[in-house]
Amino acid sequence: MKPETATTALDVNKIREQFPILHQQVNGKPLVYLDNAATSQKPLAVINTIKDYYERYNSNIHRGAHHLAQLATEAYENARLTVAKHISAKTEREINFVRGTTEAINLVASTYGRKFITSGDEIIITAMEHHSNIVPWQMLCEEKGATLKVIPINDKGEIIFEEYLKLLNDKTKIVSIAYVSNALGTIHPVKEVITEAHKVGAVVFVDGAQAMPHMQVDVQELDCDFLGFSGHKVFAGTGIGILYGKESLLKAMPPYMGGGEMIKSVSFAGTTYNDLPYKFEAGTPHIEGGISLGAALTYIQAVGLDKIAAHEHALLQYGTEKLSAIDGLRLVGTAQNKSSVISFLVDNVHSYDLGVLLNQQGIAIRTGHHCCQPLMDRFKIEGTCRASFAFYNTFEEIDILEAALKRAISMLA
Amino acid sequence: MKSMQEIEDEIVEEFDLFDDQMDKYEYIIDLGKKLPPLDEKYKTDDFLVKGCQSKVWLHAYEKEGHIYFETDSNTAITKGIIALLLRVLSGQKPQDILNNKLEFIDRIQLRAHLSSQRSNGLTAMIQRMKAYASAFA
Repeated sequence: MKPETATTALDVNKIREQFPILHQQVNGKPLVYLDNAATSQKPLAVINTIKDYYERYNSNIHRGAHHLAQLATEAYENARLTVAKHISAKTEREINFVRGTTEAINLVASTYGRKFITSGDEIIITAMEHHSNIVPWQMLCEEKGATLKVIPINDKGEIIFEEYLKLLNDKTKIVSIAYVSNALGTIHPVKEVITEAHKVGAVVFVDGAQAMPHMQVDVQELDCDFLGFSGHKVFAGTGIGILYGKESLLKAMPPYMGGGEMIKSVSFAGTTYNDLPYKFEAGTPHIEGGISLGAALTYIQAVGLDKIAAHEHALLQYGTEKLSAIDGLRLVGTAQNKSSVISFLVDNVHSYDLGVLLNQQGIAIRTGHHCCQPLMDRFKIEGTCRASFAFYNTFEEIDILEAALKRAISMLA
Repeated sequence: MKSMQEIEDEIVEEFDLFDDQMDKYEYIIDLGKKLPPLDEKYKTDDFLVKGCQSKVWLHAYEKEGHIYFETDSNTAITKGIIALLLRVLSGQKPQDILNNKLEFIDRIQLRAHLSSQRSNGLTAMIQRMKAYASAFA
């Protein structure tokens, strides 16, 4: 589809005005930021929220009765409500602030896992998970004498559903799967995965890190038991994320970290823990991070996730068409259902060299194994180049990428 | 033989000719292509300096009080930068290698490649070159 004729209701130029960082030169060229799967840029709505917090009402929350503490507490708890509403949680008690997806997974592995997993149990993941959705489960399995099973994938980068069904049995206790693959952009059929897991009584953790910036995620519709995601990938600040869990499960889980905030009363004879969601939030939290996450979700709701998805889909199609026409370029990950990620390799050219030469031309992409070494092993490659788009990217930027790639390849081949 | 300083000045002068970053990198890639091939017997794990993305193999030997380096890399740009490092460091006396702070890398604006610790193996390679030199110093 040509850029002029692309059907997009999004006024991208207007949106770009909201992202100050995009308007700069890198190595003498206008910045083309195509590393959104690593982290997203922040709109003024988020930047100003953080600034406002420190300029006007920075204070510790849930403690002091003074004015600033009340304002900060209210803003933080409002952000929690925004998150709950955004992902259609039943109650804000199901929304736990954590540092990011990695902490969300580790929290579930360490608390739910430690309490409910025993020797001989099985945990299922896929062959294309991020290291953060592999290693915590490996650690748990090692500790408990449980077994980690891996759903294989096909050459297009899709899970083989029949193989998944074969792995499920009454020993399966946890299934943990990314909604969207960070390395290849594959959108997994998580709803079907969840339905099948529930038939054998397993709980499902959905790693939503790469899904949240691109689509509406509805935890009740999915019926997932846990969902984790990172604020910084969905246009909020770094160091904040969410663990959603069904209330009954969170209630049954022991606390993660001990400390202030997560207690009701402490004596040397014993301690009673706080109610949800504070039970999992020991210590002074990342207050401005949480508030910025609320601002970010409010912002993308205002832009419209359906419009975002439509624009990104058009970018993906246009980019796929342009890039796959380049001589010697091979796409890695050609799933039917993909988010706006293009992973690729060029014959006889190392991805690191391409990354360096694109950077010299002002273009930011990611090269390497994307923290998915088992996936790279599956494709018998060391890494890929990955261009990942956000809704503020343009068709012109894809043209710039195409031209820059051609120039780099001509120098390296 | 030219002093290290003379070689470094020579390199800086060559790089002064480039206005365009891409031309500079084209030259670096070209230098890498011209690097004498490393004997296959040295392209083993024993000689590997592993970066997160690129691999560098380094073989060093001493001859009449001078240290010589032979290297290769699986990425073109790393290899080109290695060629520059070898031009300055290979064939020099151990103490001179140890004393050299590779300031020319700053002067030709390639420091970023040395400071990206994990990705390209260059920092680790320089450390290993210095380790060889200190063994003979």
